[in-house]
Amino acid sequence: MEPSPHTATSNPPVTATNANLTERDLVRRSASTIPPPARQLEPVAKLIDVSKCIGCKACQSACIEWNDTHPAIETNTGIYENPHDLTPDMFTLMRFTEWDNPQTGNLEWLIRKDGCMHCEDPGCLKACPAPGAIVQYSNGIVDFVHENCIGCGYCIKGCPFNIPRISKVDHTAYKCTLCSDRVAVGQGPACAKACPTHAITFGTKDDMKKLADSRIEDLKSRGYENAGLYDPPGVGGTHVMYVLHHNDQPEIYAGLPKDPKVSPVVNAWKGMAKYVGFAAMGLAAAAGILHSALVSPNRVTREDEEKAEDLVKEKT
Amino acid sequence: MAQTSIEKEDAIHPGKPVVVDRYNLGARTNHWITAISLILLALSGLAFFHPSLFFLTGLFGGGQSARALHPWIGVVLFFSFAGLFIRFWRANLPERADREWLVHAGDMIKGDEEKVPPVGRYNPIQKFNFWTMSILIIALILTGIAIWDQYFYDWTTIPQKRVAVLIHSLAAVALICIWIAHVYAAIWARGTLRAMTRGSVTGGWAWKHHRLWLKELAERHRVKKPAAPAE
Repeated sequence: MEPSPHTATSNPPVTATNANLTERDLVRRSASTIPPPARQLEPVAKLIDVSKCIGCKACQSACIEWNDTHPAIETNTGIYENPHDLTPDMFTLMRFTEWDNPQTGNLEWLIRKDGCMHCEDPGCLKACPAPGAIVQYSNGIVDFVHENCIGCGYCIKGCPFNIPRISKVDHTAYKCTLCSDRVAVGQGPACAKACPTHAITFGTKDDMKKLADSRIEDLKSRGYENAGLYDPPGVGGTHVMYVLHHNDQPEIYAGLPKDPKVSPVVNAWKGMAKYVGFAAMGLAAAAGILHSALVSPNRVTREDEEKAEDLVKEKT
Repeated sequence: MAQTSIEKEDAIHPGKPVVVDRYNLGARTNHWITAISLILLALSGLAFFHPSLFFLTGLFGGGQSARALHPWIGVVLFFSFAGLFIRFWRANLPERADREWLVHAGDMIKGDEEKVPPVGRYNPIQKFNFWTMSILIIALILTGIAIWDQYFYDWTTIPQKRVAVLIHSLAAVALICIWIAHVYAAIWARGTLRAMTRGSVTGGWAWKHHRLWLKELAERHRVKKPAAPAE
């Protein structure tokens, strides 16, 4: 097995490396059934330690640079967030929250790097109607394949985190790729590489959990008794995880959902509705066929025509 | 018998057989624009409904163009159907006599139409079809706008869009079922299709299926020049 990258800080291999994320590494492909992958890559994860983030936005800059996007220059609306939201050209965004801690009376400045969480059970992929527009690799990365995307926006409805954005230019959906093109050749994501405080780290999911444990222990020793790892089980865990100093209330971090799940409405739409729909349409067609087999066509007789002729004659 | 069940265009042409005008050119054009848009919408919509039908996007030039066209065809259908609605809603109002007819609906389906009380321009099953289509099309256009992200993304929240897309798919399925029944009935009751192609039916057809309508036309002397002799 080709090596999975273990850190984002290590320098990339200098020898030529074969890309290790190919079709044969897919575990899921939207609107398709695929054979199980030939091999299992080591699950990777990005760990974002909110307590170490200084809000410098180097990650945003690195993301723009690596992905060669051109977010519009916007106006200052009195907050640090810039741009105002995730866009088709901004895959990651520092969200700033001023939070009054009722226990300590302290004003805490919470900064969360928002972006795709790379769910183990991705709602976007479940909702996607276009074969192969969304794929999931065996290392956990969920990626959008733009040449297969039809721009319907179903991924937006499937996502429990409000992440995908449809471009008005090419009408396809965009989000963080977890730098799948870098990870494929043994490098870490651009944001993690650029982070000056190591608030963003990248490696195998196991390593990242271990790192998170040590960070949580440290935070607890410094009074953050609710510090914890955000790896929400409702979506099968995520391949982007947060260390939060207030893990008991993730919502205070600019609305990070407490227990994200693929919406039951989406599950009904993608499950029950399909079976019910095909059954109903099939029954309607079958009823027609059955009726035509059992009941002969309803024909107008010569007698009916005569009755009409008599009626008309009588009235004129 | 309600006074409202005949349309301006309806008229009797005496002859052998009697010919009765049922749908004028405007109504027929209106109907076929609606029918064609409904079929195109069903084909493109089913492509997004289930992966096994995604190939249908090929009829529209691929997934991207099917996605872009589907809502616009929906707009055409909505306004086209609105035209049909304005034309026919009065003749489709329920009447007291419909209750008696419905008791015999089973006979109608079994092909024993003689046992069924005479009706006006539309029988209760046709009326049901009319109102159900009307309601479903309103539901489809409203939920369709809610998920037409290209122009109306900001009009609804994501949880609203989820509900809208679920209702949209279920309403579309219901409409396709109603459409199947509508098409089947038009073929099963022989002599019906010509009402929507040539615009007229024979007197015998009107006597058999819509006797009160025929009688009302005769009563009110809605008689025109004799029908052209049969070719």
